[in-house]
Amino acid sequence: MSVQVWTYLLVGITFTLYIGIAIWSRAGSTKEFYVAGGGVSPLANGMATAADWMSAASFISMAGIIAFAGYDGSVYLMGWTGGYVLLALLLAPYLRKFGKFTVPDFIGDRYYSNTARIVAVFCALIVSFTYVAGQMRGVGVVFSRFLQVDINTGVIIGMVIVLFYAVLGGMKGITYTQVAQYCVLIFAFMVPAIFISFQMTGNPIPQLGMGSTLNDGSGTFLMDRLNGLSTELGFAEYTDGTKSVIDVFAITLALMVGTAGLPHVIVRFFTVKRVKDARKSAGLALLLIAILYTTAPAVSVFAKINLINTVSNKEYSLMPVWFKNWEETGLLQFDDKNNDGIIQFVADKDKNELMVDNDIVVIANPEIANLPAWVIALVAAGALAAALSTAAGLLLVISASVSHDLIKKVFKPSISEKGELWAARGAATVAVVIAGYFGIHPPGFVAAVVALAFGLAAASFFPAIVLGIFYKKMNKEGAIGGMIVGISLMLFYMAKFKLGWLGEIPDKSEWWFGISPEGFGTVAMIVNFAVALVINRFTPEPPEEVQEIVENIRIPSGAGEAVDH
Amino acid sequence: MSEKQKKATAYWKENVRYLFILLFIWFAVSFGAGILFKDALNTIKIGGFKLGFWFAQQGSIYVFVVLIFVYVRLMNKLDKKYGYNE
Repeated sequence: MSVQVWTYLLVGITFTLYIGIAIWSRAGSTKEFYVAGGGVSPLANGMATAADWMSAASFISMAGIIAFAGYDGSVYLMGWTGGYVLLALLLAPYLRKFGKFTVPDFIGDRYYSNTARIVAVFCALIVSFTYVAGQMRGVGVVFSRFLQVDINTGVIIGMVIVLFYAVLGGMKGITYTQVAQYCVLIFAFMVPAIFISFQMTGNPIPQLGMGSTLNDGSGTFLMDRLNGLSTELGFAEYTDGTKSVIDVFAITLALMVGTAGLPHVIVRFFTVKRVKDARKSAGLALLLIAILYTTAPAVSVFAKINLINTVSNKEYSLMPVWFKNWEETGLLQFDDKNNDGIIQFVADKDKNELMVDNDIVVIANPEIANLPAWVIALVAAGALAAALSTAAGLLLVISASVSHDLIKKVFKPSISEKGELWAARGAATVAVVIAGYFGIHPPGFVAAVVALAFGLAAASFFPAIVLGIFYKKMNKEGAIGGMIVGISLMLFYMAKFKLGWLGEIPDKSEWWFGISPEGFGTVAMIVNFAVALVINRFTPEPPEEVQEIVENIRIPSGAGEAVDH
Repeated sequence: MSEKQKKATAYWKENVRYLFILLFIWFAVSFGAGILFKDALNTIKIGGFKLGFWFAQQGSIYVFVVLIFVYVRLMNKLDKKYGYNE
């Protein structure tokens, strides 16, 4: 069977599966819609969290980014996993004990203020919308590359599928489809990685293959070969970066803290039964994520060596079929600058003749390594699973922010359970349509902003939640002030140094403390903490009953189920 | 302070102490070994890996996973000790 037929087959089977699960597990109450009824097992929640977390970017782009950034790519690996340690130790158990439906719920109740709640809703919407637009685009791109449909048609197909199971099933439907999606995406990522590791090193475990010697009889270690090839072509050594130490430090911390502060990740821990289940499922989630995250850097190394060996200083006319195929999509571009018919792939921009898109490392890897057609099709199904699961999780946060935090808690507390459920479905539908619109007409800044969603989460939620749990005397004035100053500072820095909304984008040399916009969340977070603590000193203590709530969430027993109130 | 409150305070103190120790390790493997001391560690090679690079792209992630499971165990024991388990 051809790749095309295999792809239709696998994508068709997996989509049918997701829809079947959604119909089986549709939500009947607001509690089922927001937190899947609160009885999800730690393992199911761990798998769902892993799928929720690993987006199109993790699946398609990350290995490619690392392949071209070398050591600098470590910020993503450490940043997007280390955040789970913070989540498990500092947030998840206490938020589960608190036992409400959303993150703004916690902020609003802990800081006894609807202003705090509304600020939190605003932050949650900014973070989630920037993130979800990228996912819908990802769905469209995968469809267009693998199934030869138009990108926009791809986005619409994705919208319909997500709409179907997010609106019908709510958190309950999403949870069980995400369990299935985790299985699909991890299988799809691992199979080609294992094949290629075995081909190149004789060791089927990619994490070990990466540190082994090449299979070609030379006895050279892979990493040494790659460092050698890189310097030969004028690039920095693969194991050395080009970013400054302080920037690597700041980006890693911003990604970690941002991960721990992302509402669509936090809310997953409201769905388990007990506090100890929340701890355990955070551990399982990271374990399941780590399988992909420790494989990705190995894939980067294999693919980079394969790519250089195949193209560097070779005749253009002798390139394999896949090279021509990917050239047609524009992901590979060859421009024979010196007209010698030979591909020069070097660091020097004036002499380099080959442009390679990051995404090709994962998407084209099976073809480059001559793997069977079904493996190539599997990668398409995996990429779609990754994009759809993350999009669904984000849409739920958006819909809960509107129907629960705004309508039920602020504007119309008298709304009935049934009315709130309909409001939630309506909000989810509107959110899908807006996300789809951004997927079809991506504003130029979306791609730039997705990476900064972490900085925004770090600058806004993380300090407010941590102080709310670990500092009993933290009051509303401090928390609100901290969140507003933190997110405003981050938005200002993005606008100035990344988006160019405040005049021309200044040169890197003008970055504050030498920290890039991607790492600035760390600075904004520290400012948030500082502002909150200073204001707290000069304003009244929180009321006695709020301090009792804090004492109560520190004790794990008696969590019960997530309750409405 | 009542008996109940004393118990809760003692439990919280032990909990926070665990957090300090575990987060120190979290910091040491990622920001320490993977970033600040990477160059020094890169002079050591294990198999094909330079050690600092290995911590940054592999080792720190393994340690993170282990840390959470150690935390789960410690806390389950602590819950039992104070009768907060269920």
